[in-house]
Amino acid sequence: MENKLKEPFMPPIDRVDGKLKVTGAAKYSAEYNIPQMAYGVMVGSSIAKGIILSMDTKAAENAPGVLGVITPFNIEKPAGYNIETSGNISATKKGFNVFDDKLIRFSGQPIAIVMADSYERALHAATLIKVNYKKDSFQTNLEKAIPVVKPLEGNAFKDYTRGDVNAWKTAPVKIEAEYNIPIEVHNPMELHAITVHWETPDKVLVYEKTQSLMDTQEKIMELFGLKKENVHIITKFIGGAFGSAFNVWPHAVAALIGAKQINKPLKVVLSRDQMFMNVGYRPQSIQKISIGAQPDGKITGINHEAISMTASYQEFTEGIVNVSRMLYDIPNVFTRYKIYPMDLSLPTWMRGPGETTGAYALECAIDELAHALKMDPLKLRLLNYSDTDLEKQRPYSSKYLKEAFEIGSEKIGWNDRHPEPRSMPEGDWLAGYGMGSGVFIGWRGGAQVGARFTADGKLLLQSAVTDMGPGTATAMTKLAAETFGISPDKIVFEMGDSSLPPGIMQGGSGTTSSLGTTVNNATLSLKKKLFELVKNKAVFHTETIHDVKFEDVVFENGQMMLSSDHTRKMSYSDILESAGLDNIEFIEETKGFNNVDYSTYAYAAHFVKVLVHPATGVIKMEKIVSAVDGGTIVNDKTARSQIIGGVVGGIGMALMEEGVVDNRYGRWVNNNFADYHVPVNADVPHIEALFVNKPDPILNPMGSKGIGEVAMVGFAAAVANAVFHATGKRIRALPITPDKII
Amino acid sequence: MINFQYLRADTQKKAIDALAKDASAQFIAGGTNLVDLMKKGVTSPQRIVDITHLPLKQIEKVPGYTRIGSLALNSEVAEHELIKNNHPLLSLALQAGASPQLRNMATVGGNIMQRTRCTYFYDTEMPCNKRIPGSGCGALQGYNRMHAIFGASDKCIAVHPSDMCVALVALDAKVLVSGPKGNRRIEFEDFHRLPGNDAAKDNVLQQGELITGIEIPDHPFTKNIHYLKIRDRASYAFALISVAATLDIQNNVIQDVRLAMGGVAHKPWRLPAAEEFLKGKKVSEEIFREAAKIAMNGSKAYEHNAFKLKMAPAAIIESLKIAAKLD
Repeated sequence: MENKLKEPFMPPIDRVDGKLKVTGAAKYSAEYNIPQMAYGVMVGSSIAKGIILSMDTKAAENAPGVLGVITPFNIEKPAGYNIETSGNISATKKGFNVFDDKLIRFSGQPIAIVMADSYERALHAATLIKVNYKKDSFQTNLEKAIPVVKPLEGNAFKDYTRGDVNAWKTAPVKIEAEYNIPIEVHNPMELHAITVHWETPDKVLVYEKTQSLMDTQEKIMELFGLKKENVHIITKFIGGAFGSAFNVWPHAVAALIGAKQINKPLKVVLSRDQMFMNVGYRPQSIQKISIGAQPDGKITGINHEAISMTASYQEFTEGIVNVSRMLYDIPNVFTRYKIYPMDLSLPTWMRGPGETTGAYALECAIDELAHALKMDPLKLRLLNYSDTDLEKQRPYSSKYLKEAFEIGSEKIGWNDRHPEPRSMPEGDWLAGYGMGSGVFIGWRGGAQVGARFTADGKLLLQSAVTDMGPGTATAMTKLAAETFGISPDKIVFEMGDSSLPPGIMQGGSGTTSSLGTTVNNATLSLKKKLFELVKNKAVFHTETIHDVKFEDVVFENGQMMLSSDHTRKMSYSDILESAGLDNIEFIEETKGFNNVDYSTYAYAAHFVKVLVHPATGVIKMEKIVSAVDGGTIVNDKTARSQIIGGVVGGIGMALMEEGVVDNRYGRWVNNNFADYHVPVNADVPHIEALFVNKPDPILNPMGSKGIGEVAMVGFAAAVANAVFHATGKRIRALPITPDKII
Repeated sequence: MINFQYLRADTQKKAIDALAKDASAQFIAGGTNLVDLMKKGVTSPQRIVDITHLPLKQIEKVPGYTRIGSLALNSEVAEHELIKNNHPLLSLALQAGASPQLRNMATVGGNIMQRTRCTYFYDTEMPCNKRIPGSGCGALQGYNRMHAIFGASDKCIAVHPSDMCVALVALDAKVLVSGPKGNRRIEFEDFHRLPGNDAAKDNVLQQGELITGIEIPDHPFTKNIHYLKIRDRASYAFALISVAATLDIQNNVIQDVRLAMGGVAHKPWRLPAAEEFLKGKKVSEEIFREAAKIAMNGSKAYEHNAFKLKMAPAAIIESLKIAAKLD
């Protein structure tokens, strides 16, 4: 491709929306106020399973300011409800439409929306609803479900076998261990919120917290039988999501139905406790890993069996065991993945979904093997380094994990540590070093970008994408500036609106790869269009060049110039003027890339130093170095922030996050920020984020592979391994809280 | 949240009268706990009486005592020269609590009056004898990792969440109270109560009584002090176990000692037997171990908090060692 990023790269730029964010001018989905707007409050079921026999909503309806109460008893169902659940499909494929029936599937399931002229009045009225249930027995305890509940069947649950499944058993050195990860909840700072305005009975404007404008638009079109142009979604800013904002969740559907019914704009904001049961979570998992190796460290076989969970009403699967099929060069591999339907709300993608879960187990097990072999864990990883993808039987488009190991281990001083566990006291504390590798697939989907270059030298780019925090507009601005040869401050990247050319969802570390490719192609198209306008001009003709070709010119500093003679040039503005044009405007579209000849993965090498106080069990993160092979880094400054964010999530996963359900009631007991702990600043040391920064030659013209997910994958294992190195104690059940150390 | 009346009291008498006549009224100062409880529907006062305009903010030295007004902010007390110099243990305990934002709002009186953070108390769909007497204790057979190991009953196994109170009980503070029947002075140790058969009642205050301040008697504990708080993250988390320890050491002999724990009982938990044991003994890790063992007499764990039986003595030893500068 002709539009590659070239060294020297343009220096990183600040967030283009940074000022709006820190001054409070950035508007989030809960911050749109429309005249006559009403407020909706969701009411959740107090039982985990059963049926609603009756609901008394009179007191709520008669409460001051109340405009309406919708329940399964009075809902006017949208057209899409009937399509969704009809036909002979299994229970876990049916999904759940809010207020569609009187069945209770989980504690906290929305059973009513109360709408009033103020939030406080709606909140009060919501407490006045009386519900009469018939309770059923339920199961919310995964361990107890395993012997009695039937796991789901289907393609997603087929065993994977490569070579001999028993190879690990006959190896001279082997380890077997079980790893447990509790439910983890995304808990973005911004609560999920939606503001709905039916402008006409078949035209709706929606301010919604979503990572995918297009999917949200489509879902709403289906639900209400609306035309595409009549469903307008706006998501200008997102205050974190981590995967929780792909689905159109029940509260959002309730808001759409409610606003229609009361014929007023309506805003619904979930409360923090409602965030635990309405917008997904990382499912609990129990993983068993068995590895066999030769005394020299060469791994001969691995078995990785994972048990996880989903909701009774909908299947959710993720690639927990996939890491064990490809991260190492192992001839004999067996993986098994089972999920059990539970009487809890639907789990969903959470940062590094699947891989984060699987890599925790795998990378702890590798550390356990290294210990059994009396071998440096880094050396063991290098010894079993995979140079080709043995699962897919094809080469990697690029793999610089070795380089990441090198710069990461160097930075943390890996080789200066004493390898023996509990051998590095520092005063009353025990120091320990640990490492873990991360891997996440690189991919590229299709996207459209609108481009409009005007005679004043400004470039407007537009695409229907959202940004949950990584700085998508910033990266796209920098990319356009770099490839088009103008200053970033001449560029505006507009996004967050479904009426713009359809972009791509934000997630799976694919936004920059997908959208960036289109932006890259757009600037290339723009350069070609400029070239076509003036290629016949005398200024570009020398004694030797009469028929100037696109390859003969370069585009820098807002000028098109001859490569061979930079004095023969024209500014972009002059080009437009000479052609009598005010602007050049077009939509660039790039199709998705079907990566069939290569496997593309991004990698992370996490190194940490912890201090453990053996008497009190307190763990301090002392040093963190995360070295990432994410291909070319488009904008170093925001990329660094992404790694830091992923690592902070990893600290939470390793040391504190645990969603607790009281299985007697099937009800959450720590659904608030006082009891569900995420790291605070005092828990987070300086985080060194390093990049290999070498281009991937296949995936996209930038050479980038994606970094958002891989930032977290493998991190918790590094911490657990460091705790082992510090104390000699192997804690296999996350989170590693003080009570598990003493 | 339901509607309520707001009344701003401009004199102490008006504040007390307002509550004495109305069982559904409550005082509000910083509101860092009460407002949460109102939002969650745990408590629904029909009237709140704002006492923040009463002249109860002073921090002063009087002969024999330090007196702290009940409306002094947690952050002000923690940073006050008088407190840092004379009662450093209190300063340390305050700084271990909550977050700077909360300490800037929360008052001394409110800190004493704060209610348990037991999640069964907070979730109105769950049983809780403290919230609805007779409904049962959700935590007893439920998720009780944060719960009591001392002084609990089968009616309630919740713990008092304060850090400040742990230091105050150790320092023999007194709670100054003014009520419809006049003023009284309550030993800190006697102020909070154990749940027994009446979990709803956190303390011995009578309806209409207002905490006007606390008094801390002069003491020699300014040099060998430590407040150790073990928690699940470095800040803004309630104690799994906390220990206030302070020693008066002369010629390596413990003349006097004060020990109290947080996160273990329905009230800040003083350790008198361990104190008695330590008095007159020479400083050594060995006697600290003995003291910790004694302190644990009568402890009892539940399904998820058995770790506290191990963590508590470890914390006592650690805290005493640091206070005695034994390392």
